[in-house]
Amino acid sequence: MHLSLNKYLNTYEEAAPLAVFRLFFGLMMFGSILRFWSKGWIEKLYILPKFHFSYAGFEWVKPLGNFTYLIFIICAISALLVAVGFKYRLAIITFFLSFTYIELMDKTTYLNHYYFISILSFLMIFLPAAVYFSFDAKKDTKKAFQKVPKWTIDSIKLLLSIVYIYAGLAKINSDWLLRAMPLKIWLPSKYDLPFLGDLMQQDWMHYFFSWSGMLYDLCIPFLLLWRKTRFFAFILVIIFHVLTRVLFPIGMFPYVMIVSALIFFSPQVHHQILEKISVWFKIKKAQFDNQRLLFYKPKKRKILHLAVSAFFVIQLLMPWRYLLYPGELFWTEEGYRFSWRVMLMEKSGYAQFKVIDAKTGNRFYVDNADFLTPFQEKQMSFQPDFIIQYAHYLAEYFRKDGHKNIEIYVDSYVALNGRKSTPYIDPEKNLLEYTNSFKHKTFILPFNDEIKGL
Amino acid sequence: MIKFSRILLLVTILFAACSKGDDSPGGDDGGETPNSFDRGAMLANWADVIIVPAYAAFTEQTNELQLASENFSANPTSESLISLQQSFREAYNGFETVSMFEIGKADELNYRNYLNTYPVNTSSVDSKIETGSYNLDLPSSYTEQGFPALDYLLFGLGSTNEDILEFYISDTNSEAYKKYLVDVASRINNLTSQVNASWQGNYRDTFVNNTSSSSTGSVDRFTNEYVMYFEKILRSGKIGYPAGAFTGTPSPQNVEAFYAEDLSKELYETALNSFYDFYLGNSIVDTGNGSSFSDYLQYLDSMKDDADLDKLIKDQFAVVFSKSETLKSSLKAQVENDNSLMLSNFDELQRLVVLLKVDMMQALSISVDYVDSDGD
Repeated sequence: MHLSLNKYLNTYEEAAPLAVFRLFFGLMMFGSILRFWSKGWIEKLYILPKFHFSYAGFEWVKPLGNFTYLIFIICAISALLVAVGFKYRLAIITFFLSFTYIELMDKTTYLNHYYFISILSFLMIFLPAAVYFSFDAKKDTKKAFQKVPKWTIDSIKLLLSIVYIYAGLAKINSDWLLRAMPLKIWLPSKYDLPFLGDLMQQDWMHYFFSWSGMLYDLCIPFLLLWRKTRFFAFILVIIFHVLTRVLFPIGMFPYVMIVSALIFFSPQVHHQILEKISVWFKIKKAQFDNQRLLFYKPKKRKILHLAVSAFFVIQLLMPWRYLLYPGELFWTEEGYRFSWRVMLMEKSGYAQFKVIDAKTGNRFYVDNADFLTPFQEKQMSFQPDFIIQYAHYLAEYFRKDGHKNIEIYVDSYVALNGRKSTPYIDPEKNLLEYTNSFKHKTFILPFNDEIKGL
Repeated sequence: MIKFSRILLLVTILFAACSKGDDSPGGDDGGETPNSFDRGAMLANWADVIIVPAYAAFTEQTNELQLASENFSANPTSESLISLQQSFREAYNGFETVSMFEIGKADELNYRNYLNTYPVNTSSVDSKIETGSYNLDLPSSYTEQGFPALDYLLFGLGSTNEDILEFYISDTNSEAYKKYLVDVASRINNLTSQVNASWQGNYRDTFVNNTSSSSTGSVDRFTNEYVMYFEKILRSGKIGYPAGAFTGTPSPQNVEAFYAEDLSKELYETALNSFYDFYLGNSIVDTGNGSSFSDYLQYLDSMKDDADLDKLIKDQFAVVFSKSETLKSSLKAQVENDNSLMLSNFDELQRLVVLLKVDMMQALSISVDYVDSDGD
């Protein structure tokens, strides 16, 4: 065991796949940020709101007014530098920090994709992605290597596999498989698609999509890993992600996943890609083919192995943390995020907050539009940690406004996967008595149904 | 390598095809199976049976209102005042039948804001009349025009009709008041004519043909507008704010048609009835009917074994209607005498908001946020 591990860690592979990955990753991130900016989302999501929902422990991460644009500029530039491999280590660290900062500013905008980008860029800090076909390698031949330890390439494959497999496992539940929810809600609304519109109305289609989606997620990493099925698997990847792009508003993610899946192909394929690019841009690719192997010094090697192992242990455990909480995960969302539960449920809610003067009994409702953007209000209304943070914010606001003995209650309703909306937060509990923590939230009313499965 | 470039080509073509289909509004697919819901037919019913006739009828009323105001201005008598007040009541009720259609031209003009922002700012109305310089086209003058301003000018300048008539005959500034009165009535008529003309013209087709399922499609946009109207304008505006639901202090001055007093409940009920007619797909001003939210929900409900949402919504409407019957005809008096009844009406409206905004929107798979953003 020890021997074979050692042997694996000393196996070398062409660096070309890493270089291609770095190049496309950087370019796509650059494109994503431009797209985000051009749609006016920086202003809408980060500048205009008066109040931002923070992650526990990251309350200090806030938009910086107009300087927020600067963060995006830094992020975009560092993405480009990553792509071309110029001062790679500094560039990828800057990218990771700026991108993660952006994501931490407001959890209203949380998407699994963004989390994926954050942790992928974190992993890339530890990978020698710019030792080949990069400015760094061109400038300093001492830093140029044609071959890198195989594990550095495999770590990206592993991360992608984790994403897919956990997304597949999350779909093994009775709502997804036996009720075809939420696809039964989402698909019929796509009645206007050419060819598919009418099919989307069919019951069997909803089940077909549910089951095939689950099987796709669970199998695709293995199909990509095995040489004989790889080509077929890649076609599947394209079909699957293009379909999701057509059916759902999921932005850049399908592109990111399709391009990322290239990493599973053999080094020859990546050399061919790089040759094409070399021809287009008149780059002398041969200068990088120096047959040199990247050896790490023992100490650095040890640190890298440790860091990457720790990273993956956390990644493997994170999605299971929901088991530590009682109650239905979809309902309480305790341990829902950061677990590859992608497009898994249709949940919406309505939360009417009530401010009460405990002494006089005088009460009034809060108009959420006075404090939140419609998007924030929508996200807040079915997520308990949002509701608590908002309640404290309201108390603070009305205290300053001269109100005394404030207690805050909420009348809230949540509808999950097509079930009728039912009361969500205990309307009898003063929300100010609770704070956000990783403990179970006792103010959530129980879910009146059962969803079986993982 | 050949294999590989083929894939790349395939990807490019697929993406090109998809991004095109994604952005262009509404692919026209004629061959629909009989068991799928025809949103195009629903939009046509909305436009042809409900919205267009309602605007046409309302335009006649605003026209009448302008004529009556001119007539009164030229010849202020007890009869012409009563006649103008009557036109005002009819037109205000007419407005409640179209107020929820804030889309297209109405949205562009900020129609609802110009016609019915209340409470009216009487001191600023008075001072504008005083100085004689005003521009009703400015958004800053929302609170100085529309029906709330007419309400003040027709019912608020004296405690009885004799006093009001006396004011228009012998006040030193009566000419300026009469001019302002006519200007406000004309502007209501003018704005309404513009909206009506756009529905009579091209906008009807634009609206009906935009059957896209994206957030820019007519169904999505209108549904958002419709539900928002119920929550903000009907629930909060007509009941919530006067009852002090958001402040804890009842504020009768926030009642719609504050000066006409006995008109406020009638307006509320007209709005409620119109809103429910729309839900059912019934014409508000005629007898026609066709498909709307109710039918759409029945179609979607039939696909799953969960609660019958259409029935739940209809039941809650019934509760809201029976609850509203207990209100006094003057909501101002209701707020002043027994505000708890206002608050309990608010609570029933609130239940309906949840059913419409949470359950119905989820069933229709229409997203509530007005920000287009990426999903997972």
